[in-house]
This record gives sequence, structure tokens and C-alpha cells, in this order.
Amino acid sequence: MKEILERINQQFNCSAHEHQPENLSWVQLDKKQLVPLLSYLKHTENFSHFVLLTAVDWIENNEFQLNYLLTNHELHQDIAIRVMIPRDEPEMITAHHLWQQIATYQREINEMYGINFPNSPRVNESFLLEGWEGIPPMRREFDTKKYSEETFFPRPRQEGKDPQTHMKQKLYPDEE
Amino acid sequence: MSEETKHNNQPENTEESNKFPKEHLQKRTVYSPDGEKIEIDPLQDYYLQDRPERRDPRYRVVEKFLNWARSESLWILGFGTGCGSIELPPLTTPRFDAFRFGIAMRPTPRQSNVFIISGYMSIKTLKRAIRSYEQMPDPKYVVALGSCTINGGMYFDSYNTINRLDKYMPVDVYIAGCMPRPEALIAGFNKLKQRIKEGRAEGANEYVQRFDEYKANQKQIIKDWNMPDYNW
Ligand code: SF4
Repeated sequence: MKEILERINQQFNCSAHEHQPENLSWVQLDKKQLVPLLSYLKHTENFSHFVLLTAVDWIENNEFQLNYLLTNHELHQDIAIRVMIPRDEPEMITAHHLWQQIATYQREINEMYGINFPNSPRVNESFLLEGWEGIPPMRREFDTKKYSEETFFPRPRQEGKDPQTHMKQKLYPDEE
Repeated sequence: MSEETKHNNQPENTEESNKFPKEHLQKRTVYSPDGEKIEIDPLQDYYLQDRPERRDPRYRVVEKFLNWARSESLWILGFGTGCGSIELPPLTTPRFDAFRFGIAMRPTPRQSNVFIISGYMSIKTLKRAIRSYEQMPDPKYVVALGSCTINGGMYFDSYNTINRLDKYMPVDVYIAGCMPRPEALIAGFNKLKQRIKEGRAEGANEYVQRFDEYKANQKQIIKDWNMPDYNW
């Protein structure tokens, strides 16, 4: 794995390093270099399995983090690629031509975080949240509790018996 | 579009999906095998145009008997939502044996009269559930399972799951717990039977009576309302 990482570092001018657990390595990259790296890993280094694509909202740094996870089944090695994109212009280059399933992940992330992937197939159709309006719900400025209280008729709390003492009295009335 | 869409079974745009010849979509007159003349308009929905109507008991004298009969054949719609759908299959196994109570599972809403909402309900599922509920024939009953249907349960603050089921469809029996065991479900069914026998399980009529209110609540959260208003 070390040699692979060195080759990556030379070619893409980044600092790929191994990490715990043992068979996972991390690369942080510029957003323009992502697709070349993915295609290099897929075609040259035999990372044939695309595992997942997720996003993280770092609202403090005004950034979104995108994680691409690949696996090489011959070496039993994973490599995670991390791309930071600014929150102000949430846009990322699509990679669906390398693995088809990326299109689905991109659709989901577009809906949940509002990160746009131009030219990804069906990316703007509604997917999980049918007809969602307003801030995408996985962004951290979205207050889900407030939204739920405003939308879903919360049932007022009932003053009543404490369940523990009530059940104790009912089931074991003699015990103290 | 790109190559991905070709692998998709659903056609991408409407032009492709409208494979019917145009004249098939136009109004026309057809003749049935016994010579009856029928005017049809393929773009019109014949069953879904009217508001539901209240159905009062027609035979007051035998209504008690009918209620007894209804209470002894509860046919569940096999529609599982949330964690509770895992608790339903054991009901039909020999250990709990729900058949002895006259409880059977049915695959389609047209054949069933009990709708078990078995847990949290996302907006997306609610849309389907309303459709299924409306398609069930009268008299129909709703059993709400688990605390998620009562007050949201542990998803009380979720942006995508409803808190109270009774705002969207009339509920006959609640079964509390997270998750209630199959025994609790059977207890709930006994309660439902009791209610039916007493003639108090009038959910379908209540739905008709407060139809506007229910529809307003439903439409408030289901933003892309792309189904008919009346689904009977
Ligand atoms: S009440 Fe509990 S078990 Fe039932 S659906 Fe909600 S979280 Fe799941």
C-alpha cells in the first residue's frame, strides 16, 4: 500500500497517508483533481469497488466535506478521498461516468445538503424527500426540532402517573 | 441524457412513455359483446370523482349481528411501516396464531378492513398510506402501533416523520410501546373487537365527516400532491 500512496503523492501532489484502522488510507485533494485521481485508482491501481460517497457539513469552517471511499479487493485495502468545497458555492464535479452508482449518491447529497453536481443524471429530480421546500434538511443551520414542532402537531405533554411507580404499584403492590 | 438512464427501466421523458397511439386517448364509442353502446373517455377517472359519502347502518335491527360478524373477521392489510412491521409476521406463526381470532393478512387494500400503522410514518409513506386507506372498503379500522404513531416516539424531532397519526386519519385503537410485542397486538385486537361490537368503531364515517380537515392536514405536509383527491 505504501508504494501506491507514494505514487499518488507524486502524481497528484498531495499527502496521502495511512491511518487507523490498518487497511484504510486517507487522501485530501483539491476538487479539480478528484476525477483524475478516481480514474487513476480505478484503472491503474485496481481499486475497483466504489463503496460510498458521503458529505459532512463543517459550518464553523464554512465548508462541506465530501468523502469518497474505494476498496481494492486484492490487497484488502481501502482508500478514502476527502474533498473540501466551500459552502458559499456548493458545487462539485460529477464522477458518475466512473461508477454508475455515484449518480444515486449524488442525487441523495444534492437533496440532503443542497450540493449541486452539474450534468449528473436526474440529479435535480426529487428522490428521498418528495417535494421538499426550503433549506436542505441535513445542513446544520436547519433546526429539525423547530421544524417538526411547527409542522407535525406535537402532542402536548400529559401530566400523569410516573410509569415506574405506577407499574410497581400495579404489579407488586405488597413490595416496598 | 447520459448512458445511465438507458439502464433505467422507467423511460426518462414523457414523450417516450406516451407510447399509446393518440386515438386511444380520445373519446369514443365502443360496443360491448352483447351490443350495448358505451361511451368512454380514457382520460377520465370514473371512480374517483366524488367525495366519499357517509354510510349509516342500513339494517338497524341486525346491525348488532353484523358488527359481531365484522369483529370476527379482521383482515389486515399487509402494509408495514417502521419497526413494527417486524412484529406482524410472528402473529401468523403457530406461537401466537392470530388466525384463531379471525385475523388474516391480505395483500391488497381492496380485500382488507384493518390497517395497522406499525410505527413511524415518514411523509413519503404517509402519502401511500392515505391512498391505501382510502381504497379500503367500508367499514375500515385503523390500529396504530407503537409510540411513534402516538406522539412521534423517538422521532419526535425528525423533519420527515409525523408526530400524531390521528391528525391524518382516524385511529380506532392505539397500542403503546416501543415496540409492542405480539401479545400486546393481540390485546389491541381484542380491544378493537370490543369497540366494533359496541358499534363505536366508526372511523370511516368520521373520516367522511371531517374530510376537509383531514385533507387540509395531509396537504399541508405532502407538498407534491400528485394523486387524486378521492381514491376510492
Ligand atoms: S415506536 Fe419504537 S419500535 Fe415502534 S416504530 Fe417507533 S421507534 Fe420503532
